[in-house]
Amino acid sequence: MNRLSSPDELEGIRKSIIKHRDPNKPCVTICGGTGCHAYGCERVAAIFKQEVEKQGLETKVDVRATGCHGFCERGPLVVIRPESIFYQRVSVEDVPEIISETVLKGNIIDRLLYTDPNTGKKIIYEPEVPFYRKQKRLVFGNNGYIDPAIIDDYLAVGGYAALSKVLFRMLPEEVIEEVKKSRLRGRGGGGFPTGIKWEACRRAKGDTKYIICNADEGDPGAYMDRSLIEGNPHSVLEGMIIGAYAIGGHQGYIYVRHEYPLAVKNVEIAIKQAEEYGLLGNNILGSGFDFSVRINRGGGAFVCGESSALMASLEGKPGEPREKYIHTVERGLWDKPTNLNNVETWANVPLIINQGADWFAEIGTPKSKGTKIFSLVGKVNNTGLVEVPMGITLREVVYDIGGGIPGDKGFKAVQTGGPSGGVIPESLLDLPVDFDELTKAGSMMGSGGMIVMDEDNCMVDIAKYFISFLEGESCGKCVPCREGLKRMREILTDITEGRGKEGDIELLELLSAALIDGSLCALGTTAPNPVLTTIHYFRDEYEAHIKDKKCPAGVCKELITYQIIEEKCPGCRLCVKACPVGAITFMGKKKPVILDQEKCIKCGICYDVCKLGAIKVE
Amino acid sequence: MVTLSIDGREVQAEEGAMILEVARAHNIYIPALCYHEEVAPYGACRLCMVEIVTNGKERLVASCLYPVEEGLRVKTNTEKVNNVRRIVAELLLARCPDSEVIQELASKLGIDKPSFRLEEGNRKCILCALCTRVCQEVVGVSAISLVNRGVDRQMTTPFNDFSEACIGCGSCAYVCPTGAISMEDVGDTRIIDMPQVKMEFKLRKCNKCGKYWAPERQLEYIAKIAGLAPEIFDVCPDCRQ
Repeated sequence: MNRLSSPDELEGIRKSIIKHRDPNKPCVTICGGTGCHAYGCERVAAIFKQEVEKQGLETKVDVRATGCHGFCERGPLVVIRPESIFYQRVSVEDVPEIISETVLKGNIIDRLLYTDPNTGKKIIYEPEVPFYRKQKRLVFGNNGYIDPAIIDDYLAVGGYAALSKVLFRMLPEEVIEEVKKSRLRGRGGGGFPTGIKWEACRRAKGDTKYIICNADEGDPGAYMDRSLIEGNPHSVLEGMIIGAYAIGGHQGYIYVRHEYPLAVKNVEIAIKQAEEYGLLGNNILGSGFDFSVRINRGGGAFVCGESSALMASLEGKPGEPREKYIHTVERGLWDKPTNLNNVETWANVPLIINQGADWFAEIGTPKSKGTKIFSLVGKVNNTGLVEVPMGITLREVVYDIGGGIPGDKGFKAVQTGGPSGGVIPESLLDLPVDFDELTKAGSMMGSGGMIVMDEDNCMVDIAKYFISFLEGESCGKCVPCREGLKRMREILTDITEGRGKEGDIELLELLSAALIDGSLCALGTTAPNPVLTTIHYFRDEYEAHIKDKKCPAGVCKELITYQIIEEKCPGCRLCVKACPVGAITFMGKKKPVILDQEKCIKCGICYDVCKLGAIKVE
Repeated sequence: MVTLSIDGREVQAEEGAMILEVARAHNIYIPALCYHEEVAPYGACRLCMVEIVTNGKERLVASCLYPVEEGLRVKTNTEKVNNVRRIVAELLLARCPDSEVIQELASKLGIDKPSFRLEEGNRKCILCALCTRVCQEVVGVSAISLVNRGVDRQMTTPFNDFSEACIGCGSCAYVCPTGAISMEDVGDTRIIDMPQVKMEFKLRKCNKCGKYWAPERQLEYIAKIAGLAPEIFDVCPDCRQ
């Protein structure tokens, strides 16, 4: 491949790629995201390729392993295009039938269709699945169409057109103006206006300026940046090159955690291909603009998602934050002006350039524009990655897209913004999701984690979980965060183990205030959110633990007992066999079993195995 | 020069100076445990937090790291400032209940007994990193550093063992604000005692007066970096005059 040396050459090659692709040719796309990997999508994709070869259909059918489609709950996902026939939970055994029936004859295989649990109706086409219907997949949309390892796939959907536009038809200042006008805000957590950051970095003194993509996503249960950079790495690269041009930087870094091997691999491939095509490196598209990108792998510390800690780590130092009274746009990596944006922020840039700031600013709420990708997990029927317009309500996300709470359980709360976000109760379910509304509710957008909790979750236990996580991830540099989180965890452990005392809630609040006002970085200043929001919205649960020594949700082991409901127990012995410590005694057929409270370790196995609901938690 | 106000007092300062040094130069008290003029400010102890107003909003900043600017209004003694200081002092007192320096600091802030469980084992290190920073920035040998993360963080030598890089100069003990590192010369040996490791260094004897006056390793290091003949240190400074 010769390096492309003009916009015309880029358009030429794009035309030729499209010309050689028949839009009506069936294409089997197999989701290759993290969730589907766990379900064995790799083998499914391999068998599809094998089967197509075996039947000699290479010229008639395309098979494409794509990036993440988002609906992780139902993987492995297979979508047959162009009709977008949606098959879920596809196994290797289904492959020959899909090819012979659906691909060749157009017959739908009923058992592989998704059934809407609310209506019982089977759904054939991907866009009609409720999980996708309310989504607005602008950033994520191409994931289901392209093979991340093939640059031509990205070019076929219009890739690098935005880059060509800015290099040849826009001045750097105009690019910044456009991004400012779009009112794009940073997707990594802070929500800082991207255009203003770029402008500050462009104006900063110094000839050498660095561009960084923060792919150090570390929230438990959040994987949107991973799926985006794995599934569509060129969109992130294109955003970075545009940013570099606007700011005046010639060297970029992608800081990605080592635990994301597929992301590293796909980005490596993407960089190499972009270089071969003349879209990265010296004299990009013949414009005279130079920009290279390197990958740096992080060791997986949560705190390295904080920009100054990330830069320290990139420099080879321990990943510890520093005070940012002098902003990183002025003095960042190696003390040079540095512009850092998150994966999703960079991926939004080509969209804004292609479709215009006005188009982008139409989407969302007055102060939060565009879409946001959330990882919807926890006690919700449809777990997965969802991209929604800003301003959608939590209720729509949890019930319409997420399909509500599994079983007959009641919704209790949703934790947004990762471990240092806050929990939002049922009374605020109609809250529009945007940066400011979530902050007002005591939580935050964060990078976009959304964990749904039902009536079986204890809010004190949840707060303890998140505080323990943050305690383990605190770098230990500043006193409030290092010592304060340890003490908060101690107090919360005491409360959940029946040692809570009068004044504990107030002490937690005092500590929280000191962390918010006194910590060095955002890990510490936001860490109290899970504690403060659970106290604010679920104070009665704290009081039940402290005063009555009871856990209303039946979670905290020291505060609960399992009991046999005698009238319901027929002595079937299921629980007797399952109990790991022999605490349950069989008393004869049709007689209730007896549970020895002294021996019981409260593991809950009896409760889980009992089919008759004859065991209760008190 | 810029003009700023600290607690209502107008003061002048060099551009780029930090609030803490300016305040101290004007005899305005701001507590700090991880600050020392010989090393770069670090911002870890958070005792030096002060309140400033930027863009019409009040906020707390670490005064050791916040550069002064024209018209800046600094308050060192507000309710928020004192709340942070008190909690930090309580946290440190619970960590190091036997440290006299911390006891004194806490008592100044009105705390006799922390609300948290006391740590045992006569711990005195507050992880201010003054020792490691002096070792790196002033001495230039980086014999000690901080290891592990978060609550497991410790100040020590590699593998808690005798550090081959250490020259036994004792700057760490000198700069330690809480006495967590001690140094003692006994006969021909210098003993540096750190929370995780104890190291011994052979002292050089003066050819004239017979006094043991400095660690061999330190003298070798100085001779090397200063390009001096090692024999110059055969005689102690007192006898050299």
